[in-house]
Amino acid sequence: MSSADAVAGVLWIGVTAYAVFGGADFGAGFWSLFAGRGERARRARDLIGWAIGPVWEANHVWLIFVLVVLWTGFSTAFASIFSTLFIPLSLAAIGIVLRGSGFAFHKTARRLAGRRVAERLFGLSSLLTPFFLGTVLGAIASGEVPVGNAAGDPVSSWTGPLPLLLGALSVAVSAYLAAVFLVSDARRAGAADLERYFAARALGAAVAAGALAVAGIVALRADARFVYDGLTSAGLPLVIVSAVCGIAVLVLLRRGARRGARALAVGAVAAVVCGWGVAQHPYLLPQELTIDAGAAPTATLTSLLIVFGVAVVLVIPSLALLYTLAQRDLIAEGDAPVTDRGDR
Amino acid sequence: MTQLAVPLASTLEAARSQMAFTLGFHIILASLGVALPALMLIANHRGLRRDDADALLLARRWSKVVAVTFAVGAVTGTVLSFEFGLLWPEFTGRFGEVFGVLFAIEGIFFFLEAIFVAIYIFGWERLSPWTHFWSGVPIPFCGLGGAFSVVAVNSWMNQPQGYTMSSGGEVTDVDPLKVIFNPAVPYEVPHMILAAYLVTGFLVASVYAVGMLRGRRDRYHRLGLLVPLTVACALAPVQFAVGDSAARAIAKDQPIKFAAMECVQTTATHVTEYIYGRCTSEGVKGGVGIPGFDSFLVGFSTDTEVIGLDTVPAEDRPPANTMLHWAFDTMVGIGSAMIALGLWLGVVWWRRREIPQTKWFLRAVAISGVAAVVALECGWIVTEVGRQPWIVYEVMRTEDAVTQADGVWVTFTLVVGLYVVLGAALAITLRAMARRWRAAAEDDSEVPYGPSGPPAEVAR
Repeated sequence: MSSADAVAGVLWIGVTAYAVFGGADFGAGFWSLFAGRGERARRARDLIGWAIGPVWEANHVWLIFVLVVLWTGFSTAFASIFSTLFIPLSLAAIGIVLRGSGFAFHKTARRLAGRRVAERLFGLSSLLTPFFLGTVLGAIASGEVPVGNAAGDPVSSWTGPLPLLLGALSVAVSAYLAAVFLVSDARRAGAADLERYFAARALGAAVAAGALAVAGIVALRADARFVYDGLTSAGLPLVIVSAVCGIAVLVLLRRGARRGARALAVGAVAAVVCGWGVAQHPYLLPQELTIDAGAAPTATLTSLLIVFGVAVVLVIPSLALLYTLAQRDLIAEGDAPVTDRGDR
Repeated sequence: MTQLAVPLASTLEAARSQMAFTLGFHIILASLGVALPALMLIANHRGLRRDDADALLLARRWSKVVAVTFAVGAVTGTVLSFEFGLLWPEFTGRFGEVFGVLFAIEGIFFFLEAIFVAIYIFGWERLSPWTHFWSGVPIPFCGLGGAFSVVAVNSWMNQPQGYTMSSGGEVTDVDPLKVIFNPAVPYEVPHMILAAYLVTGFLVASVYAVGMLRGRRDRYHRLGLLVPLTVACALAPVQFAVGDSAARAIAKDQPIKFAAMECVQTTATHVTEYIYGRCTSEGVKGGVGIPGFDSFLVGFSTDTEVIGLDTVPAEDRPPANTMLHWAFDTMVGIGSAMIALGLWLGVVWWRRREIPQTKWFLRAVAISGVAAVVALECGWIVTEVGRQPWIVYEVMRTEDAVTQADGVWVTFTLVVGLYVVLGAALAITLRAMARRWRAAAEDDSEVPYGPSGPPAEVAR
């Protein structure tokens, strides 16, 4: 494996981590947006805020990680993607601003009238940001991003069927992941009714994601033949793993099983994202720019790999500490918020 | 890879405006992110060591401010990383592989900072007091590391080195250590880190000065003023020395930037130092002139030759000379005033072991926060506008770095609107927090390290 391939692998680890952790976060915003009104909706929102509060910031660092590895390791691809896909990426950036500030302020401004607005913004941008990021992935897969400064079409590059389907799929997958996570969080908070509430939503989101995935495969076959061929050959085992994990989650949720659903849901998403990477190999921009042709000089790639190694040694244990403390309720703003009902 | 189509001038203007605006906004939050955790830990440490409830309460409240500003700063920082591609694809496309490693290093620091900020701010209730304190200790160090990495990139843009470029403009080889430790790092990095501490120290102190002016002169407020003000006043003279050597280094490394800062039109010795005044092609109009002093500042002798703007063609000179000159003078002026404020505090403290309680001292502290932010922005204008027309000094012009995509004016407008709302929301939120704290001064839930046990509400 060349060092360019290794850096591409690191990039893809970042993409996978962002899809899983960032995705679960976006999905939590999605459920907050569609929780409706009333007592149960309030409790569901409280659970969401309580569950993602301590970890949300760290979850989104993965996006910065992906951007930095891309512009350092594969500068040309970065410049081409960001100039051609100026519109969806600008919209995603604006979504990130709205989302982050909505979240920051709804936590602190809880006695202000503005809390509602902040919550709305948080929810809405949790829907739009993964959608536009999904269209970017779709545009890249369908070969709509040529090498150069804004060399591709600014609009039609990301408004074809495949990008739009992938945008919708990103939203559905995020919602699915979040719902599965929130089932566990509801259990941790001792709210059996919310456990059922989110289990039902996980099932719904899983069905939607499955349907969109099937439609996506049809669109891939039409518009991104190279990736389609990859997914049905070298990437096939990972696609199968993803499907099996996804179905297993549904079975576990139906049975109300206590363990395993979360890990399997992560596995389902991670496998399909990795499968995508395998399918696209050796291209950064399918049939436009290969990993080797687009890679930085060796010294840069080596430094990136060293930095990544240091990051693994330093960040992974810290992150594990954070998640462990959060799961053991040693770090929290207060007590679990949703226990004021009789369903224990 | 040569730029064939010249981008519309308006796209360049819009991109520069958007970058300047978003960076100018982020730099304030970034400064707080670098320095406020240190103040918070100082107060926390004092609270635990001396069993000081006021100090602990300050630490706890500052940690809540850290939480909000860190979250908003993370967002505005993410926007900047998007802008590397959205606004400057030619720059990042060509040199991302040169300077990018620094951002990768910054990424580690930022990641660790995010993790430990989360543990610290959510750990007040259930972690044991000293464990909790130590969980916060990595934060200021991550802040220093992150600031080093980011500012080193800017230093590299001022003093690019450590790469080879083919005749076609492709970067063919990179020497990462030469990139990281470029010649501008030794003065630019400490200057920015100290600026972060000064801005944070004066800004936090100014909040309590306002409170004291309104009659809240309890121990809590005096401590809230003293801790940050001491840190800031102690560092102000250091900053002055660092800034002075930075100016001398720039006179050597980027003489045209220095000439623009000081409005030196023609190369000469015995150059007059002008304080303010309007820059024209015939020299400075108005302002206060000190004969020979500019030469003296550059080389400790009035015989020192200072290079003038006329040594390069007009298209290689920075724009807006008067603004640059004023920005530089304002920064230096505010820096000097800070030192004076520190002397005032120091003398009174030395003689009476207490903060000067006069209205005028409190007023001076109250405006020092805003003044520090103004100085920060002025310094940033000097280094950024002073580097123009280059994005990478004498290597790549800003106009050759900009995107060919349409619609930057639209995103600029949206971003300005969004950030105005964001800034207002941040200000309103912080004020609301302060009001709530005043109202709930007796509230049990505000007591740090209150009785903790298994959360009573969680049912198993």
